[in-house]
Amino acid sequence: MGLLSKKDSKLILDPLADNNPITIQVLGICSALAITAELKASIVMAISVIFVLGAGNVVVSLMRNIIPSKIRIIVQLIIVATLVIIVDLVLKAYAYELSKTLSVFVGLIITNCIIMGRFEAFALGNGPWKSFLDGIGNALGYGVILIIVGFFRELLGSGTLLGVPVLGDPIEKTGLYSIGYENNGFMLLSPMALIVVGLIIWVQRSRNKALIED
Amino acid sequence: MEKTTDKNIYTIVFAVIMVAIVGTILAGLFSFTKPLVTKNREIEKQQNILYALGVNENTETSANFVDADDAPVKFENFVNRQIVIQDGEIIENDQAYLIDVKKEKSKAKSDSYSRKLPLFIGEKDGETIYVIPIYGKGLWDDIWAYIGLDKNMVIQGAYFDHKAETPGLGANIKERFFMDDFIGEHLLDDNGNFVGVTVAKGNADPRNDRKEDNKVDAIAGATITGDGVTAMIKSDLALYKPYFDTLKQ
Repeated sequence: MGLLSKKDSKLILDPLADNNPITIQVLGICSALAITAELKASIVMAISVIFVLGAGNVVVSLMRNIIPSKIRIIVQLIIVATLVIIVDLVLKAYAYELSKTLSVFVGLIITNCIIMGRFEAFALGNGPWKSFLDGIGNALGYGVILIIVGFFRELLGSGTLLGVPVLGDPIEKTGLYSIGYENNGFMLLSPMALIVVGLIIWVQRSRNKALIED
Repeated sequence: MEKTTDKNIYTIVFAVIMVAIVGTILAGLFSFTKPLVTKNREIEKQQNILYALGVNENTETSANFVDADDAPVKFENFVNRQIVIQDGEIIENDQAYLIDVKKEKSKAKSDSYSRKLPLFIGEKDGETIYVIPIYGKGLWDDIWAYIGLDKNMVIQGAYFDHKAETPGLGANIKERFFMDDFIGEHLLDDNGNFVGVTVAKGNADPRNDRKEDNKVDAIAGATITGDGVTAMIKSDLALYKPYFDTLKQ
């Protein structure tokens, strides 16, 4: 990567694997469980969080020297909430259809602990450019897990991907269903998301022993 | 020495200024976008009513409204009459689609108020269809629907929507595989009594071949949203039964 120095690209790439916010830092689990029943919702959520975390990290970083430490958490919360509401209002006025798809996610973005976690752990102590990269990196790491979980839950739970049937028709018994395959409705419920995340954590740690804690 | 940013007075001043700035930005943006949002909502209502009338641009799998720019013209063309029923009286009102069903529903909780019931009468392919807006509660927040009926209270079209149901589960009430199941369902039983349509689990009729059983197949993992749909059909559509009785005479 010519555009970024080695240190900067590490900020983006690290959270994708060895310092992943979900599987390593165990942040943002709540929304990972809530909205991954289908792939499309996972992708929409991933994109929203990339935007909010990237922008929020920059704002917090710019304000880092003037935020009073006693109320910094509240200040951070206000920054996220303001950003999210601005986006929501603008979309409602100029892209109404899109805003309806996203409205469900607004509350989930504000309460996403990855966002507060990165503000607190990184943006408060680093410059705007680094914070921006860190925000994008962590949001991407979050998004990757969301999309993997969404992929398996939609495929095994509904037999579709992005709403398109890929395994045949369960009612007419075509494709895979003709040989007795059934959709696993349990995959649609939140506990299965936890199990899928657990499996990802297992695979990741068995490939990289350095990640295993004593 | 204490840092400036740790001092109490600094903290208080900072909080006040921050709240003032954020408040101003949000309030300004809100009042700036308000007329646009209101307009969008009105067009959406027209699109919803048209959808329940059968005027839509559905593809094989996905539910699509008529284009937002065409909606006002098409609304004018397809919806012949807009009426409001209050206390059994029928009042013509060409702004009836703007009636807030949610507000009417909560006002009607006090005994002295009798609810305004908007009804849109339109024609599609020579058939007269009566579109009724209904409102209820899902798992997290409001759900609502526009139901198109013929004069025998058989469903001809249905559009469901929600504010904040879980994506992939309850949110699927606005997908075609759920909404289309309602088409052809009877709201009355054989004796002409109002029964509604139940969103039923273990219906053993996933293809929805039996149209007269007053049941449609539920969505797995969305029990409470489904129950909300059943409840709002029962409570709100029943209110229109007297009107449909008068049509038969």
